[in-house]
Amino acid sequence: MKVDFNHIQSAHCENGVTTNLLRHAGIDGITEPLAFGMGAGLFFIYIPFLKVNHGPAFSFRTMPGHIFKRTCTSLHIPVTRKKFSSPAKAMSHLDGLLSEGQPVGCQVGVYYLSYFPKEYRFHFNAHNIVVFGKEGDEYIISDPVMETETRLTNYELQRVRFAKGPLAPRGQIYYPSPKSTLPDEETIAGAIKSGIRWNTKMMLHVPGGIAGISGIKYTARMVSGWRDKLGVKKGGQYLAQLVRMQEEIGTGGGGFRFIYAAFLQQAHDYHKHDSLLRASEEFTNAGDLWRSAAVQSAGIYKGRITDQADFDVVRDQLLQIAEVERSAFKRLKSIKWAK
Amino acid sequence: MKKKDLPQDESKLDDVTRELCYAQDEEGNYTTDLSKGWEVKAKALDVAWKDIKERTDEARSKVERGEASPVLFFMESRLMDLPILAGYTGFWQWTIKRHLKPEIFKKLSQKKLQKYADAFDVSVEELKHMRIDES
Repeated sequence: MKVDFNHIQSAHCENGVTTNLLRHAGIDGITEPLAFGMGAGLFFIYIPFLKVNHGPAFSFRTMPGHIFKRTCTSLHIPVTRKKFSSPAKAMSHLDGLLSEGQPVGCQVGVYYLSYFPKEYRFHFNAHNIVVFGKEGDEYIISDPVMETETRLTNYELQRVRFAKGPLAPRGQIYYPSPKSTLPDEETIAGAIKSGIRWNTKMMLHVPGGIAGISGIKYTARMVSGWRDKLGVKKGGQYLAQLVRMQEEIGTGGGGFRFIYAAFLQQAHDYHKHDSLLRASEEFTNAGDLWRSAAVQSAGIYKGRITDQADFDVVRDQLLQIAEVERSAFKRLKSIKWAK
Repeated sequence: MKKKDLPQDESKLDDVTRELCYAQDEEGNYTTDLSKGWEVKAKALDVAWKDIKERTDEARSKVERGEASPVLFFMESRLMDLPILAGYTGFWQWTIKRHLKPEIFKKLSQKKLQKYADAFDVSVEELKHMRIDES
């Protein structure tokens, strides 16, 4: 059995699953950038108590699952979400939904994802795919970061759905209600507004100093200390880790900043505020700066430049990014929304 | 980023997929395009794998010198740390720490060895003798 489902590639997995599932439910016009923006996807956080691959943990986006949830909620679309303790039940429940013609979003771990190249398979558990068919022992998969649809055997799918470690998926599935009502223009405009407001709050006002704009600044100061504290080699490895979180598969480049800039351009179609376009330019600038910082970092982890001054350049680049993003979010905050 | 500046460098994704990226066209409007890869991040991935290789090699020599049990070697080669291995085996982290000692590992029951073997995707024999199929 195979559900009639349109696989469209996206930059980021959760955006892609969200837009593809919504389109299947008959809701067109929610592009990837719109889903990302309504879902208040842009973020920055350094997570001090977590180690990833023996290095520091950063994220350039919001918590896994939140983009889908916020986007659907703000469009008034009911969502079904379920976790399982038994793998067998998790698989048979999935089969049941497929036979009803429902494509299903699944949270999976990447480590055992057989169609990924080996070099990309880390223990990262917040990947999202859509399962939309089954033929014999094989499931038909729409992985939004892949150009074409792929397949996993029953055993492989079960294993990635029950990957272990931080953010373990526990077989989680989710899908928007098939009887969703089409959101009108006003609802979409409202969802855009609330996404921007929430994102502004997250980036400017989360206390604690490790998240949002202050998180970027915190990281900047930390980076300049890595050479003394860890040595050139380890410091370089940490920088490489930061670059991977920022640029690797699924960010759309520049740590999601370009997707957000695209979102603000599209938001302008619904809200005629020039601030949206100006903020979009600022996020383009921020994305470009993130990429310049990556180039500078690459010089360090390639061993080409190794001085403290070189680490300090990265620090200054990050501090500059923090200022650019602060100004952009302040601009968004100051918008006087017409209801 | 302008669309014309989108890097098309070699990467480990060659022949698997290309990545969708957001970039601006000549008028400054955002659009999407596919990228084969970017040298800067390909190198970052290399750095990560070089570190994994070094850690695995070091673990192997530790086991050979009798300073650690094969669990350490497989943990490193499977990119796991204590919390992840605890998740896959169901053992407590402190239990695993004990099992990292060769003398305690030698006394483990078949059942416990099997749990490690399953987590590492190897047979119990391969686990005990630190053999690994690199494919």
